[in-house]
Amino acid sequence: MLRLADDCFVLSHRLAEWSSRAPTLEEDVALTNIALDLLGQARRLYEHAARLDGTGRSEDEYVFMRDERDFVNCLLVEQENGDFATTIVRELLFSTYQLGLCGALRESADATLAAVAAKAHTEVTYHVSHARQWTVRLGDGTAESHIRTQTALDALWPYTHELFESDDVTPSLVADGVAAAPAALMPEWSASIGTVLAEATLERPETTWAPSGGRRGLHTERFGYMLAEMQHLHRAHPGARW
Amino acid sequence: MSIAVEDVRRVAGEVPDPEIPVLTIAELGILRDVRVDESGGIDIDITPTYSGCPALDVIREDVQRRVAASAAGDVRVHVVLSPPWSSDALSEDARRKLREHGVAPPRPRAGLRMALPVAVACPVCGSARTEEVAHFAGTACQGLRRCSSCSEPFQHFKEH
Repeated sequence: MLRLADDCFVLSHRLAEWSSRAPTLEEDVALTNIALDLLGQARRLYEHAARLDGTGRSEDEYVFMRDERDFVNCLLVEQENGDFATTIVRELLFSTYQLGLCGALRESADATLAAVAAKAHTEVTYHVSHARQWTVRLGDGTAESHIRTQTALDALWPYTHELFESDDVTPSLVADGVAAAPAALMPEWSASIGTVLAEATLERPETTWAPSGGRRGLHTERFGYMLAEMQHLHRAHPGARW
Repeated sequence: MSIAVEDVRRVAGEVPDPEIPVLTIAELGILRDVRVDESGGIDIDITPTYSGCPALDVIREDVQRRVAASAAGDVRVHVVLSPPWSSDALSEDARRKLREHGVAPPRPRAGLRMALPVAVACPVCGSARTEEVAHFAGTACQGLRRCSSCSEPFQHFKEH
């Protein structure tokens, strides 16, 4: 549960960093709206996680009071925004994965999780369509936008392998009908991404390097900086509200 | 004496949506179940349009305050997610009010699956020749469009 919540939350924060800095006003609004959807999904998931782990922790405690090693989001969502192409490619890779995941989790044996997933599914459909439109526009655009998008794709691609990994907790959750088997989401994701890349005249990267560890709390360097900036106010003034 | 369920439903249902104040939460389909127990305690279920809808916290407070002012019992407002909210929940009246407010109402979702989907009509001149300018507008539930006939830019309450 925490993995799903952390994925949504961390990407939401990254997208929110675009606020007031996007290339156009419409995109500023779009990226922050997507961030808001993800934040809403994360809040419901943290609430549910607090009930399941019996701690009754608040959303603020999950977000502001945990250290880097306690976050179990995938590495893809914590990657820096970079240029607009990087943000769009990251959105394409993640939202396509999230769409398949939410689709599967609508059937989860955990009724609350199924409800959150069903709700998120319609929202993520929009995120995917936003990312696809821009990927095609940038990839099949000018020479400059094509190079930037291909570079972003090459840089982010290795982090997608982690999305479809299983570890020691996954099999029992899948057997209980609570979680979706990560590897089973791969074929549809791959086909969907393949269609967009072809239309966008982009090359699918051939790489075997598959960094991993996010689900065990092992993160990339920049994630610590993101947390430090995000958490310092709450840590300096515990319980601060506005 | 405890308040009747219909009265609670009426008071709670009249709460306007903070982002689209021409509509009430009853017309938007945000207000779900209302229950009054034997001791007069009141439980009210509301559902978000979008997971991250920032208006939900305001709506929750408004419902709490208005109902508490008109009834003696404890008032508890719950957020429910299932079944997920859909733009199909908007009443005919709500769609008319949106148009009058200059916002194109959502099309019935069944109409989108047809081979030739229903067009979004301009709320000003009624023309079906409109185009999407941006997927997202000032609120999560609306997109930005422009009318090719009268050139008017307008917001469209998206199908969801």
